[in-house]
Amino acid sequence: MLQRLNRGLRQVPVWTVWLAGLIPMALLVRDTLLGHLGVDPVRDIEHRLGRTAIYFLLATLAVTPLLRLTRLNLMRFRQALGLICFTYAACHLAAWAIFDMALLWAQMLRDVVKRPYLIFGMLGFVMLLALALTSNRFSIRRMGPRWRQLHRLVYPAAILVAVHWLWALKVWESWPLTVLGAVILLLLFRFAGRFCGLRVFWRFLG
Amino acid sequence: MKLNWSDVTPEAEYLNRRAFMAAGMAALATPALGLGAAASPFSTDEKQNSLEEITQYNNFYEFGTGKTDPARNSSSLKTSPWSVTIDGMVDRPGNYGIEDLAPESAQEERIYRLRCVEAWSMVIPWLGVPLAGVLDKAGVQPGAKFVAFRTLHDPEQMPGQRVRILDWPYREGLRLDEAMHPLTILATGVYGKPLPNQNGAPIRLVVPWKYGFKSIKSVVSITLTDTQPQCSWQMMQPGEYGFYANVNPQVDHPRWSQATERRIGSGLLGGRQETLMFNGYGDQVAGLYAGMDLAKHY
Repeated sequence: MLQRLNRGLRQVPVWTVWLAGLIPMALLVRDTLLGHLGVDPVRDIEHRLGRTAIYFLLATLAVTPLLRLTRLNLMRFRQALGLICFTYAACHLAAWAIFDMALLWAQMLRDVVKRPYLIFGMLGFVMLLALALTSNRFSIRRMGPRWRQLHRLVYPAAILVAVHWLWALKVWESWPLTVLGAVILLLLFRFAGRFCGLRVFWRFLG
Repeated sequence: MKLNWSDVTPEAEYLNRRAFMAAGMAALATPALGLGAAASPFSTDEKQNSLEEITQYNNFYEFGTGKTDPARNSSSLKTSPWSVTIDGMVDRPGNYGIEDLAPESAQEERIYRLRCVEAWSMVIPWLGVPLAGVLDKAGVQPGAKFVAFRTLHDPEQMPGQRVRILDWPYREGLRLDEAMHPLTILATGVYGKPLPNQNGAPIRLVVPWKYGFKSIKSVVSITLTDTQPQCSWQMMQPGEYGFYANVNPQVDHPRWSQATERRIGSGLLGGRQETLMFNGYGDQVAGLYAGMDLAKHY
C-alpha cells in the first residue's frame, strides 16, 4: 500500500506543489480585489501572508519525520515547499514595509533593531533568505558538506518566526501557541532520530 | 515656533463653531439623530469612520481576541435589563438604570478620535453623557481620589471569559479629576443609535486622550475610592501598560512604536499619520498632568 503510494508520488511532477502553493495567494488576491478582507485589509494581508509562510515551513520540516515515521516519501517536494515558504515570507515582509509602515524607513529601521518580535522575525527571514539562495543544485555541489550545515538553520529559523508571531500579540493566543508547539515537536522528532535509543522507537512505530 | 490651538483662538473658535453647526445641521437632517442628542464643541470635524468600520473591527476580548469576533459572538449579551452599581465613597450608592444615568434629554453627540494601543485609530461619533454629571448625581465624597470601573463578568453571556487570557472581570480606573473632565463620557450610542453589543452595550466609558483599552465596555460597576484601582492590562503586564495610558508618541510600548498610527478606512496605501500628544486633546487635558514625568507615569 505505502509502496504503491510512494511509487505513485514519484509520478507527480514537482510543479503541482508549486501550483498548490499558489492557492493561498490566489485566494488572498481574490479577497483583496472583491473587498472581502473586511475593515482593515492591511492587517489581513500582512497576517495571512505571515501565517501561510509558517504553515509551509511546518510542511517543509515535516518531510523527514514523515519519512522516518511512516516511510511516506515526500523528499522530492521538500525544496519546492521550502521555496514557497520563503516566497510568502518575502511577501509578508513587503506587505509590512509597503502597506503597514508606508515605507517610513527611519521608523522601520529604528523598530527592527529595537523591538524583539521584529528582531526575531527579521533574523528568521535572513536565515530563510540564505536557505532560499542556496536552494539549487549548483550550490549543493559547490558547498559540499557545508550545505547541510547551512541548511540546519531551518530549525532556529522556525523557532524564531513562531516566537515572532506570539510576541507580536497582546495576550497568549492558543493558535500561535499550538504552531510553536508543532515546531518544537517536529524538531524533537528530528533530533531524537540522532540518538540510538530512539532508533528502536522509530522501528517500533515504523 | 510651535503654535497651539490655544494661540489662535479665533480660528479654533471658528472651527468649533463650524463643527457645532455641522453637527447641528446633521441633527436636523438625519432622523437617526432623533434621539435628540446635542452637538458638542468638543467634537472633531475629521472624517468619521463608517458604522461598518466601527462595528466590525473591535477589541473586546470578552467575545474573542480576533477583530471580528466581537461582532460575531456578542449577540449572547443581554443588555436589558441592565443596572450599574455606583458605590464606595458616594453619598447616594445604589443600582442605577441606563435611563437614570444617561437620559435621552441629557445626551450629547461627541465625535472623538479613538487611538488604540496597537497603533491604529478611528473617528467615532458617540452619543453619551459627561461622566461628571453622573458622579455628581451620586454625590462624590470629599476623600475620594479615584474611580474604578468593572465590566460584566458572566462567561455564559461572554464566551471569551471562559479562557483566562485576562484576569476577569475587566477592570479599569481613572483619577477623579480625569473622570470629572468634560471630555470624559459614558457612551450609550454611536451614529445616533444605541450601542451595538460589540461596542460595549449598553453603556461604556470613553476617554479620548487615552489608549482605547482605558475606555472600558459594558460597565456594571463604578466605585469611588481613595486608592489607585487595579486595571486589567496593568495587572497583566505592568511594564507595558501603565495606570495612565495617555496617548503619547514619545513613550513607546516596549514592543512597538507609538510615534505613528494607521487610520482605519484609509485603504491599502493610506499610509501612517503622526500620533498626537494626548491624541490631539492636549489643550484640554495637558494641565491634568503638569509636573508629572509621563515617561515614568505611562
